[in-house]
Amino acid sequence: MSFFAAFRVALRALTRNLTRTFLTVLGIVIGVAAVIAMMAAGAGAREQIKAVFETMGTNMLVIRPQSDATTAVRGGEGSAASLTFADVDAIRTECAAVQYAAAVLQTRAQIGAEEANWNTQVTGTTPDFLTLRQWPAEIGKSLNEEHEQSSAKVVVLGQTVAWQLFGDGSPIGRVVRIKNTPFEVIGVLSKKGQAPNGQDYDDTVFIPLATYRTKIEGGLGDFLRGSIYVSASTPEQVMRAEGQVTALLRERHRTAPGAEDDFRVRNLAEFATAREQTTGTITTLLAAIAAVSLVVGGIGVMNIMMVSVVERTREIGIRMAVGARPIDLLVQFLVEALVLSGIGGLLGLGLGAIAADQLAKALGWISVFPTETALMAIGVASGVGIVFGLYPAIKASRLDPIVALRTET
Amino acid sequence: MNPKGDAQAGQPVIELAQVTRVYTMGDMELRALKGVDLVIERGESVAIMGTSGSGKSTMMNIIGCLDRPTTGSYRLLGDDVSRLSRSELAVVRGRRLGFVFQSFNLLSRTTALENVELPLIYAGVSGRERRRRAKAALERVGLGSRLDHRPSQLSGGQQQRVAIARAIVGEPEILLADEPTGNLDSQTSVEVMAMLQELVAQGITLVLVTHEPDIAEYLGRVVALKDGLISRDGKHTPISAQAALAKLAANAVDPHASARQGHA
Ligand SMILES: Nc1ncnc2c1ncn2[C@@H]1O[C@H](COP(=O)(O)OP(=O)(O)OP(=O)(O)O)[C@@H](O)[C@H]1O
Ligand SMILES: [Mg+2]
Repeated sequence: MSFFAAFRVALRALTRNLTRTFLTVLGIVIGVAAVIAMMAAGAGAREQIKAVFETMGTNMLVIRPQSDATTAVRGGEGSAASLTFADVDAIRTECAAVQYAAAVLQTRAQIGAEEANWNTQVTGTTPDFLTLRQWPAEIGKSLNEEHEQSSAKVVVLGQTVAWQLFGDGSPIGRVVRIKNTPFEVIGVLSKKGQAPNGQDYDDTVFIPLATYRTKIEGGLGDFLRGSIYVSASTPEQVMRAEGQVTALLRERHRTAPGAEDDFRVRNLAEFATAREQTTGTITTLLAAIAAVSLVVGGIGVMNIMMVSVVERTREIGIRMAVGARPIDLLVQFLVEALVLSGIGGLLGLGLGAIAADQLAKALGWISVFPTETALMAIGVASGVGIVFGLYPAIKASRLDPIVALRTET
Repeated sequence: MNPKGDAQAGQPVIELAQVTRVYTMGDMELRALKGVDLVIERGESVAIMGTSGSGKSTMMNIIGCLDRPTTGSYRLLGDDVSRLSRSELAVVRGRRLGFVFQSFNLLSRTTALENVELPLIYAGVSGRERRRRAKAALERVGLGSRLDHRPSQLSGGQQQRVAIARAIVGEPEILLADEPTGNLDSQTSVEVMAMLQELVAQGITLVLVTHEPDIAEYLGRVVALKDGLISRDGKHTPISAQAALAKLAANAVDPHASARQGHA
């Protein structure tokens, strides 16, 4: 019997009892749908993380002073003084792959308006920083070079701070006090959202670097007690920029060949990758759990195929009497199981795609349809059909034609 | 296997030699056949008779390659088939034999045409040719107008005729019938016998199990079984089922019956 003939016989047998066929297929449908929804959700989450890191800037490098072992005990990362403000200018002018470079000094401070106080992060930096973070003002103005030159006592608020201090009111032109120095609010930044670690990006204020150095934290002279943010001209240039910055700083700091760097360069793209991998692992785990339901579905198929073989014992006998070989009946019942699980796989694919889409919408993720996973799920469903259909099919093929013909059904 | 038509009339097509069949159930042994010798020649029509439990069906199953002898040999069309595998026996059944059963054994919810096509599916005959031959076989048994009827939409006699069409569609040398008239009234039984006689006239070898001496009259040889052994084996001239039908038609003033007789 040809495969096509077996296929037609299978379709006829399955359409004979549609309710039962539907219920049998349901297990497979749910299994496949669950696997696809999980994988799609995972892929969406990964895309989301990627997007978040991209708003942070995947072409960004962060350079911090790195103390040697002895000073590290006392100060920790960022506290040692090895980077200078001159380094920032040198990086900007001498490293070809670097587009922007900005010194960033940060401290936590109380910020007071007339109505409210708020404890937040105060950042002193040059306008380049907000440019390389792609963080424009939503209302008012952002920091500019003039503010920097004149050590202007102006501040740009993150959205969270603006809300905490002024609520619905407009903060522009209002005065806030940071460490007893009055600052004029000139702008509110656009919303940046949450960092991958849950930190609120918008809970921060920016003031000109020169102002920060004179009014907030004086002290170290030429040495920079913070970080340098650098952006490469393109994301592809990140590695080159990192190499150039490292070479330049080693030369400027007169680090002996073979000696350790007195600074540390961190690449956000690496962060992003690590994060994506973690998500990938979790996704795989979830999909594996979903796959269990696929196996349960497979057992459902086996169950119904067993019933089918028993119910159709006489039919099997008749087929054998007119010349069907055991292998013909094996194929016939296998094809039937395969058709069952194949239909289940396709329906599951549809349902899974819808579920994935809804899930992505509900969680505010990017909706991704994992094509390979979908193909895999269909393949697995068919595999399940064959594996679980095999036993009933073997049973059918081993029936004794005489006994089968005598069975009353 | 010899190709069809190799053996001529008068040549043995079925040769049973010292065939036994022992059923074992747990530690019980039941000897259903105790050493049967039987030779049937091409073109013969043989009635197997005997009391219930004498082993008729057991012997038919062996002849029909549905079962294998416990000991002894069975040569079918010159080839020893007593040691063939299940798969090989299935092929022999499909190519050489046709079966007619007491309970018709048609697939329900399947049309007459598709039922008749069934053996051809397993013989690997492809779609259009298969339908053509199935249709021809149904026309041969006078059911050309019932192709799309399901078994539940046909009378018992019609169902048995579909079964006969299914048995002959593969043009087998041998037709095996286990009480084919057991579920039919006497009029329909004679009609079925007329049809079988016609097939014998066309050269098929017929082996038929029956309880009824009336039915055995239509066959040219009667083999009686008793307790798993052949107790009697004799030839005679069969009476014509056609003639019997004509007689029935003459007795009953039934225009319907005479019409049927007209083109049977
Ligand atoms: N599958 C089987 N297992 C065990 N015993 C069996 C089996 N088939 C038949 N027998 C026994 O073998 C003997 C012969 O049975 P068989 O069916 O051949 O008789 P039969 O002549 O066809 O009878 P009937 O006229 O009632 O159909 C009986 O005693 C029966 O009980
Ligand atoms: Mg019997």
